[in-house]
Amino acid sequence: MTGIYFDNNATTRVDPVVVEAMLPYFTEQFGNPSSMHSFGNKVGLAIKKARMQVQELLGAEHDSEIIFTSCGTESDSTAILSALKAQPERKEIITTTVEHPAILTLCAYLEKEGYKVHYLKVDGKGRLDLDEYRRRLTDQVAVVSAMWANNETGTFFPVVEMAELANAAGAMFHTDAVQAVGKVPLNLKDTKIDMLSVSGHKLHAPKGIGVLYLKRGTRFRPLLRGGHQERGRRAGTENTTSIVGLGKAAEMAMEAMAYENTEVKRLRDKLEAGILAKVPRSFVTGNPDDRLPNTSNIAFEFIEGEAILLLLNKFGIAASSGSACTSGSLEPSHVMRAMGIPYTAAHGTVRFSLSRYSTEAEVDRVIAVVPEIIAQLRKLSPYWDGDGPKEEAFAPTYA
Amino acid sequence: MWDYSDKVKEHFFQPRNAGPLEGANGVGDVGSISCGDALRLMLKVEPDTDIILDAHFQTFGCGSAIASSSALTEMIKGKTLDEALKVSNQDIADYLDGLPPEKMHCSVMGREALQAAVANYRGEAWSDDHEEGALVCKCFAIDAVMIEDTIRANNLSSVQDVTNYTKAGGGCSSCHEGIEEILVKVMAERGETFKPGAGTKEEAAPSGMTNLQRIRKIEAVLESVRPQLQRDHGDIELVDVDGKTIYVNMTGACSGCQMEALTLQGIQQKLMEELKEFIKIVPTKAGALTRASCHP
Repeated sequence: MTGIYFDNNATTRVDPVVVEAMLPYFTEQFGNPSSMHSFGNKVGLAIKKARMQVQELLGAEHDSEIIFTSCGTESDSTAILSALKAQPERKEIITTTVEHPAILTLCAYLEKEGYKVHYLKVDGKGRLDLDEYRRRLTDQVAVVSAMWANNETGTFFPVVEMAELANAAGAMFHTDAVQAVGKVPLNLKDTKIDMLSVSGHKLHAPKGIGVLYLKRGTRFRPLLRGGHQERGRRAGTENTTSIVGLGKAAEMAMEAMAYENTEVKRLRDKLEAGILAKVPRSFVTGNPDDRLPNTSNIAFEFIEGEAILLLLNKFGIAASSGSACTSGSLEPSHVMRAMGIPYTAAHGTVRFSLSRYSTEAEVDRVIAVVPEIIAQLRKLSPYWDGDGPKEEAFAPTYA
Repeated sequence: MWDYSDKVKEHFFQPRNAGPLEGANGVGDVGSISCGDALRLMLKVEPDTDIILDAHFQTFGCGSAIASSSALTEMIKGKTLDEALKVSNQDIADYLDGLPPEKMHCSVMGREALQAAVANYRGEAWSDDHEEGALVCKCFAIDAVMIEDTIRANNLSSVQDVTNYTKAGGGCSSCHEGIEEILVKVMAERGETFKPGAGTKEEAAPSGMTNLQRIRKIEAVLESVRPQLQRDHGDIELVDVDGKTIYVNMTGACSGCQMEALTLQGIQQKLMEELKEFIKIVPTKAGALTRASCHP
């Protein structure tokens, strides 16, 4: 593999050990796990093993609480739609302004269908106001959905505490934990979290496999109906090879978690400090004291994120940006907007997300290259003059 | 990552004429930091001839915004102001061997900066008619403002109407839900309720044409593309017209050609433009002049 890959919150490389574990299930272990014969039985046992591996990673009480889905988005949609159908008398949803589009787009659709959605605001560091949450949490709320860790900034929400409050109000609690799983120790059996979403490709398993954790006893209505797979909670022939891969990846994530929280975190901190020391008018967004160990979202003022990414790519460095122009919309990242990051910086944010494969040499290389790129783009910017922003403001016609 | 042409990349990585211009006598500033794109275009104009001696730019924006600015300065140098003003945003995109549909607004910004700079040189006030709208149809780069305005101006009430008038929604159809939302909003302004099925029946009938007129028009379009196909040792024949579905036979080298789907897509687009309605072109099995051969 060539190049420096610092975009692990978008997707991770599939671990070679995971690939090896999957290979037999493309060839000799091809049976349908629902079949009664030995071909199917062997595959059925492999799925059972994967379910237990995921159960262990999540700290779930029962392996039957693990439902395999196709992705995090499917898990999110299943959780929220199920909660609404299971409690038809409750017509309100609580979520946050900084959720992934998998939640926000669904909520916008549900608003059109007549549900009331409360969007909890965040402060400048991306933190929730729990008093506001308590005020919104009435007996009309069917489900609360709050992410465990933000995909752009890595900032954590206090989901365990939020789940307790939701439970006390009789609302179901769902968390989109696709960024947190594998990086944060989880012990779901000791929480009031009813539902939790996992995405395989965020933890070195393949794309196209996800998990919905469903606490035993939680009322449930399936999204996909049909066969009896996943105990009738998610019909459709299982994506066997990917399920096996996810099981292996979950087992490996358990082993690597300490490394993620020490060595990966150290590399992330070194990267961040190195860039900030060399680049004026740059800062870290989100909550630096309580976030994922691998994530650093840095705002570079007066330049635009996509242009930074293109130049980084030229140097063989892959990162990500919440800038408008990477998505084709005209608005910068809704997460940056929600935190009140000014436009002068919100368009120029770059997310560096490391993994256990990241190396010191890669970090050193990025620290060396980034200041050069930022200086190059600022030379082109009408808002920048030499060493800092123009004193005489650039004021275009339709600013 | 966007699929940028080599020319876009070249102008982004090595922008021409970047930075302030000493002695500029026409300056146009357009864009907005809130939208993520802003451009200052600086011109040095020879007063006696109105010829642009030099042009520089400073751009806050993405790769295609920087590339569009660079291209613009190259395109207008040596032209008179009137000649330069004839440069359209499409010309800028063409100069760069195309821009992704979602990035066409970058070339629009270049065009506007040029107008602003010329107005500044001439001592005129320039005001843009720019309205920033979210891109709705990515296939044809149509934004919400254009769709809203077209619905209002023409009292449109269905997605097919919108497609017929603006092309929006005539491609992959992923934006149909978005168009319906705009219809709901605009129709509410005039006290009407959007009905998803409305207009479908009317649209199924030939719009303002008899069946014969419509078939003749279709044949005329096919005739117009046949010479090109025949040059490639292929051909196309009309098999049948059933409401919105037009059945054709691709023959000769065109039948089974790797580019067949692309060719048909182009013809379908041309037919939609001529008929001003949303149609689908379906190839029948080669050599069998019946549309039933499509449904064995």
